[in-house]
Amino acid sequence: MNLTLYVWRQKDAKDKGYMEKFDAKDISPDMSFLEMLDVVNEELESQGKDPIAFDSDCREGICGMCSLNINGVAHGPERATAACQLHMRHFKDGDTIYIEPWRARAFPVVKDLIVDRSAFDRIIEAGGYISVGTGGAPDANAIPISKDDAETAFDAAACIGCGACVAACKNASAMLFVAAKVSHLVNLPQGKVEAKRRVVNMVAQMDKEGFGNCTNYYECQAACPKEISVKFIAQMNREYLRSLRYKDK
Amino acid sequence: MALDSKVPSGPISEKWDKYKFDLRVVSPANKRKFHIIVVGTGLAGGSAAASFAELGYRVTAFCYQDSARRAHSIGAQGGINASKNYQNDNDSVYRLFYDTIKGGDFRSREANTYRLAQLSENIIDQCAAQGVPFAREYGGKLANRSFGGALVSRTFYARGATGQQLLLGCYQALSRQIAQGNVELHVRTEMLELVVVDGHAKGIVVRDMVTGEIRSYAADAVVLATGGYSNIFFLSTSAKGCNATAMHRAYKKGALLANPCFTQIHPTCIPVHGDYQSKLTLMSESLRNDGRIWVPKKKDEDRPPNEIPEDERDYYLERKYPSYGNLAPRDISSRSAKEVCDEGRGVGETGVGVYLDFSDAIERLGEDTIRSRYGNLFQMYEKITAENPYEVPMRIYPAPHYTMGGLWVDYNLMSNLPGLFVIGEANFSDHGANRLGASALMQGLADGYFVIPYTIGHYLAGTTPGKVRTDHEEFKKAEEDVKQRVHKLLSIDGNRTVDDFHRHLGRLMWEECGMARNEEGLKKALEEIPKMRQEFWENVKVVGENEELNQCLERAGRVADYLEFAEVMCIDALDRDESCGAHFREEHQTEEGEAVRDDENFAYVSAWEFTEIDKKPILHKEPLEFEEVKPATRSYK
Repeated sequence: MNLTLYVWRQKDAKDKGYMEKFDAKDISPDMSFLEMLDVVNEELESQGKDPIAFDSDCREGICGMCSLNINGVAHGPERATAACQLHMRHFKDGDTIYIEPWRARAFPVVKDLIVDRSAFDRIIEAGGYISVGTGGAPDANAIPISKDDAETAFDAAACIGCGACVAACKNASAMLFVAAKVSHLVNLPQGKVEAKRRVVNMVAQMDKEGFGNCTNYYECQAACPKEISVKFIAQMNREYLRSLRYKDK
Repeated sequence: MALDSKVPSGPISEKWDKYKFDLRVVSPANKRKFHIIVVGTGLAGGSAAASFAELGYRVTAFCYQDSARRAHSIGAQGGINASKNYQNDNDSVYRLFYDTIKGGDFRSREANTYRLAQLSENIIDQCAAQGVPFAREYGGKLANRSFGGALVSRTFYARGATGQQLLLGCYQALSRQIAQGNVELHVRTEMLELVVVDGHAKGIVVRDMVTGEIRSYAADAVVLATGGYSNIFFLSTSAKGCNATAMHRAYKKGALLANPCFTQIHPTCIPVHGDYQSKLTLMSESLRNDGRIWVPKKKDEDRPPNEIPEDERDYYLERKYPSYGNLAPRDISSRSAKEVCDEGRGVGETGVGVYLDFSDAIERLGEDTIRSRYGNLFQMYEKITAENPYEVPMRIYPAPHYTMGGLWVDYNLMSNLPGLFVIGEANFSDHGANRLGASALMQGLADGYFVIPYTIGHYLAGTTPGKVRTDHEEFKKAEEDVKQRVHKLLSIDGNRTVDDFHRHLGRLMWEECGMARNEEGLKKALEEIPKMRQEFWENVKVVGENEELNQCLERAGRVADYLEFAEVMCIDALDRDESCGAHFREEHQTEEGEAVRDDENFAYVSAWEFTEIDKKPILHKEPLEFEEVKPATRSYK
């Protein structure tokens, strides 16, 4: 099939950026969306033109590196699917597709479709861990954890850190990302010890990075390739309220 | 050059404990004077960097991704082995050790493999303490599943995303050290050269992948945790960015490359479907717990699978290996799939694929049970192929997945270049000629958490900290070499794209140095590769400039290195005139097509020393001594 693409081009962080039109010809419906871009890029390269820069790595929907806004939707039209797992059979011959980077103040564009998501790393650095050093851990079966708690923790821990939740939110809020980590750890007995300190510090860092507030539109949940539930945002809010009087010493 | 493996003497079960005591220790007050570079932030690199920092060393870490959390350890699905014997099914350290040695077809170093089995238990404890959400039973205890090449249930897992959860545990430990200022992490940064001063590894030269700046970093030791080289085949299950550049640069600076021909082809991947394809997707080995593998008995069968009656199907793994059946080890399962496809009995449009059929399991256990066990994998399969595996059998075919070969290291995980340590998939030591499922995660974390934190101290204690700085002439020279290479790549302005060369090389390697090799094919490849390399340097088209984010340039540098690396891989495969594990030389097989090992002549590690481009590297042999187990013919029948 043949497609018309409008793709965001931006030389570097300082450049203003614009949409550029490309023709994608002879695209097979079995190609992934990124393979379609590979084909366009190889053609550009053979003409000596600058290929479209975009992030991708595992191409299996787990590393969280790919980050495309496709026709205005983070990761494109398929639910529970990262852009790398989206296939061209979901488009029709003759379609026009608009491809943009994540749009959020806290995710500045690096080049074309690539953004800087280091704000997420700094939020984890602020407390998204259990403070245990290597060595001296007790036997793994020493602390029983109920199957339900382990499953809930996993549901939250499934977050791949792609940032689609931020891109989908009209406030560019990172609540789902932060809540996923807070909930993963607080649902496990090992993570309860530092629960207050963790949630206070992570939320403070989130605010500092310039992410917006949550106004309960649930767009984040709809865009999340791992279908992380907004119920974790509610859990984080409860955790936060409990910790209001906590001061990090 | 005499290769000293530094394996300590004494009974195998006491070697590591005794050796640890003999290692020198750096005092707490002195640790902060030492600076360690870690390249790669996967399970091995991430766990090592975090553990060094906790000990008090100064650490600078590097990764090519935009975050340490994205390293390709994240792609591992099925699980991680440990000899906990929680299932009371008679597992033990010794059994895990024996299974691993046997699975590797008696081509790994006994003492390293035993240590790996010993440490497997600490890993599970460590990860549970970090909050890794492992699967649990209703009573709150950890659950296990089975994997290929083992008769016990020792694999711990977190749904189908075990690698992700372990990596996040390790990334979080690393993040904590970054926040405390003990680790300086550079993302989107690629190592392009190793710097060796007076025979010791003292630093690296990197390229900032956003600005193109070429920079030097000096340290007291360098740790490479840069993964494997499966992407040499172009199509593999590795992430797009995985590459062998760091490993190859170290090889060219004098580090020995061991057993490069040992590459694992994973039996259950989604088959290739077109020339445009960019990578292959793995379907976890755990599927073989319930799926049955078959092909039609008749050649060129054109009926759809559901219309082929039971007695016209060949469940070839169950037929050939009745005791392990569909859970035969990876090398054997892959080779059998190739065999039936070569006979013209392959399935699907291309005829290159076999069925993995769940209909019996669905009938026996119900669709809901199968969904709860493998739901996410079935969904992934359907997304890619647009076929529903609950109704029609999956089509699968082997694909390059893991590389057992890598830089040569001794018992300390240090290469022959003092100060250069190599951990995880990037080294060669623990898996021999074939890795068992769920053992890669185990090795990465054992190396990073529990081996190298001790052994690196022993090396550092004998050196003076901060001896070399980046103004040393070796750094200037290395930087200049990197700049010239980049400049050369950008100035060729030929007619063929980088990916075109890479696909071409990948096809050649897959044909001649893939699942089956023979003398004629390898010799042909060894004639082709230098020609391809010459054409690359005359006719490749690399667009853009260095001083920007330039993905074309990044790929070009990696392919240039693969074009050299491929040669030593083929030379090694040609030299190893026997079949063992994943290295199957067609000249050496039984009448039934099983691998025939030659212990008399090839019970050694091949360690290759670089000489010059277009000249044959020098072979050094480390004899493999088996004190504990007696090499036997592997039988999974």
